[in-house]
Amino acid sequence: MLQLSIFLENSKGRLAEVISLLAELQVNMRALSLADTKDYGVLRIIVDEPEATTEKLRARKVVVSLTQVWVLAVPDRTGGLAEILNQLVQQDVVVEYLYAFVKKERDQAQVVLRVQDQDIMAKAMQKINLAVK
Amino acid sequence: MEKHWLKGLRKTVERVLTIPYYQERFEAIGITQAEDIQSLEDFQRLPLTTKEDLRKNYPFGLFAEPMENIVRLHASSGTTGKPTVVAYTRQDIDLWAKIVASGLARAGVTAGDVVQIAYGYGLFTGGLGLHYGCEELGAVVVPISGGNTARQIMLMRDFGTTVLACTPSYALYLAESLEESGIARDELKLKIGIFGAEPWSEGMREQIEARLGIKAFDIYGLSETMGPGVALECPAHQGLHIDEHFYPEILDAQGNPLPVGSQGELVITSLEKEAFPVLRYRTKDLTTLHHGVCSCGNVGWTMKRVTARVDDMLIIRGVNVFPSQVEEAILSLEGFEPHYLLVVYRVGNLDQLEVQVEVNETSFSDEVRELEGRQDRLKQRIEEILGISVRIKLVEPKSIPRSEGKAVRVIDKR
Repeated sequence: MLQLSIFLENSKGRLAEVISLLAELQVNMRALSLADTKDYGVLRIIVDEPEATTEKLRARKVVVSLTQVWVLAVPDRTGGLAEILNQLVQQDVVVEYLYAFVKKERDQAQVVLRVQDQDIMAKAMQKINLAVK
Repeated sequence: MEKHWLKGLRKTVERVLTIPYYQERFEAIGITQAEDIQSLEDFQRLPLTTKEDLRKNYPFGLFAEPMENIVRLHASSGTTGKPTVVAYTRQDIDLWAKIVASGLARAGVTAGDVVQIAYGYGLFTGGLGLHYGCEELGAVVVPISGGNTARQIMLMRDFGTTVLACTPSYALYLAESLEESGIARDELKLKIGIFGAEPWSEGMREQIEARLGIKAFDIYGLSETMGPGVALECPAHQGLHIDEHFYPEILDAQGNPLPVGSQGELVITSLEKEAFPVLRYRTKDLTTLHHGVCSCGNVGWTMKRVTARVDDMLIIRGVNVFPSQVEEAILSLEGFEPHYLLVVYRVGNLDQLEVQVEVNETSFSDEVRELEGRQDRLKQRIEEILGISVRIKLVEPKSIPRSEGKAVRVIDKR
């Protein structure tokens, strides 16, 4: 799964501007997270057509990059995420960052994971047979 | 050599002695006629001329010719006070054109070249100075003046422009706009750029040359000494050749002469100008002089490119800082756009310097840690060069205002 990362200057209204631009471009965001520092933020989003959306955003002067991430289904109950993370640790997967979103229709949460090494993650996925979205 | 210079210098002394303001100042040191100048040492005793002297005599007090003989006036913008006004006789205009033409020829411009002059036309000497020089050379002049970037690019393609003349910051902006215009580089015939009117670094030259696919030449001049063309680079790029109609000196901050080869303030005396002879004019530009033979075969004075102006110097926590030093640091690292802004402000009694720089697609990383790493490297590099701590602020591309003339690099809020 490819995630879009967007550089956001810390200025009043900039986030609203970019989100409005996504609306104008008819982009449906399936998941979103915002990392922030003192001066800028990085908006991370999962959309249906990451490549096409990236092109459109770049044409509108937005700095955006594509990053390989993994979307996993997690049982929406206590300890659900812990189980999965522990399994990943056993397979030597190093998580860089993670954010979660909940799907309405099922009793299931989903997490977006960015890991250090994609090959290790791919092997881990095969081994522990996690539900990949 | 000294004899030859003295002949020209005496001519200018004779000319300025017809002006009451100079007469008074010269009398005070016992000089009443040009013959009193017997050596270069005598010449160096003469008082320096500053922008302030020009302002005191606003508008026409330092003209050496009656209005009947004057055919053109130019003036500085006067943003920091009264404008400074300069004048030209018909012969001055002809001389200026010849000087610019010979400089351009050295840079490789020939008859048949199509020269797009994107310097401002008007009271500013940039546009008209280049204009007359190109006509003298027999090149095709496109007097488009500054601004209207989309049209600049369209005409560049449609007219087959081969030479672009403008400020380096505008050249960079044109390059950026070209990349977005949908017009491919190979639709253009551009090969030479003549850039000046603001200090720029070697790194900036590399950027412009790479992005526009041209050879860039530095042109120097200021209206008080004539306008563009006082000095221009040759293809050897080992300095700018100072035209033989000017006599240069390098002085320290107190106005004392420095030996050839040391860095200091450039001071210029015109040798042939009629209407507005200028005697030991302090340019406020910092450079180094050299006299000798260039590998291009030219003999005479050369000056290093001006990367700093006395007026651009910021004093931050007692340390002298030039915007060009920051430019050098930014361009020495990968991943930042060559657009930057220095914001100086005060917290309590302490000066702070914030450097705003644009990230681009190559430097932007999804990982905040990596972005911060880049930011830190830039911070370190700048601090090494300046010797003071700075704050780096990464901003979005195109968020720093682009200039169509001289770039604004500093906002001083103190």
